[in-house]
Amino acid sequence: MSRKPYHREVPRVLWFFDHPRYLRYMARELTCLFIGAYTLLLVVGIGRLAEGRAAYEAFLEALKSPLSIVFHVLALGFAVYHSVTWFNLTPKALPVQIGEEFMPDWVIAGAHYAVWVLLSLGILFFAGVF
Amino acid sequence: MSERRFELEVLRYNPETDSAPHFQRYSVGCEEEGVVLDALNRIKETIDPTLSYRWSCHMAVCGSCGMMINGEPKLACKAFLRNYAGVIRVEPLAHFPIERDLVTVLDDFMDKLARVKPYLIPKEEKPLSAGEYRQTPAELKKFKQYTLCINCMLCYAACPEYGLIPKFIGPAAIALAHRYNQDSRDGGRDERQEEIAATEGVWECSFAGACSEVCPEHVDPAGAIQQVKIASTVDWYRDHLMPWLKK
Repeated sequence: MSRKPYHREVPRVLWFFDHPRYLRYMARELTCLFIGAYTLLLVVGIGRLAEGRAAYEAFLEALKSPLSIVFHVLALGFAVYHSVTWFNLTPKALPVQIGEEFMPDWVIAGAHYAVWVLLSLGILFFAGVF
Repeated sequence: MSERRFELEVLRYNPETDSAPHFQRYSVGCEEEGVVLDALNRIKETIDPTLSYRWSCHMAVCGSCGMMINGEPKLACKAFLRNYAGVIRVEPLAHFPIERDLVTVLDDFMDKLARVKPYLIPKEEKPLSAGEYRQTPAELKKFKQYTLCINCMLCYAACPEYGLIPKFIGPAAIALAHRYNQDSRDGGRDERQEEIAATEGVWECSFAGACSEVCPEHVDPAGAIQQVKIASTVDWYRDHLMPWLKK
């Protein structure tokens, strides 16, 4: 008997609208654009700093524009979503077995959150917030 | 046990007469406590004997009855009818070619499974008289979760990467390779790395995590893939930064 298997097309572009879990995944992937854009902004800031006081102060002034504030709020939101979704996945990638038992997931994810808080506090300290 | 009528919309494809699949609607009486597989069996017994699908154990052990139920990869024997409202849409597992009706072509998965050598390759050959290869409970627990894979391929149907890039070795095969790599009795990791540490292996995965969400045995293939990525990265740094450690 001859075979004639049927191949179904997978949508190439909008496949992630097929299921909410794919949308959540794409949302996580999308966060990198905002993090990338924020990194570029920092690089531009360093460039302005190298150009001298006047250029740097103009840069700081530009950061106060409404558009810049909207971008920063969005970037912060996406950065938090990025960090939380990835930290929650760390127990899958880094299981720690002690004796027979595996460390509970919350300990591994929690350790990442703790380091995040500590580093953030450290940066705020060096930035002169405290 | 009380009976109720259930409406099912099943994707049909007859390679001898059809050029494309089409949906066929069935209304079937089934026990309230039944699963989708019971409804399919009832259809085949009482309405339409030509309906084709795979099944065997009816208890989520054999891994044969994987299909898309309302768009979600499920074992038909574990999908309770009472959990679905309205018409239940049943299709063959996504991302696999359709052989006939709900039967898919498995060749691609079987080839990939063979490529990762999912069996013990002992570190050292011992004569039978030397006795068994011993293992502590902790060493067993390190990989036990991955032994629960029943090769049902729901993870392949859920994986968007496999749908877009069919050469990806995929979740179950990598999880099984990882299972043997983690086994204290095994010495075959280098051979398996050739397949799974390659571009078509773990690096094709972008951690959508869908495989682990749909796994009926909670094997967590996504976890296995990330662990292989980390181990392969450590290998790369060791080879390039500390070449004197190379065997």
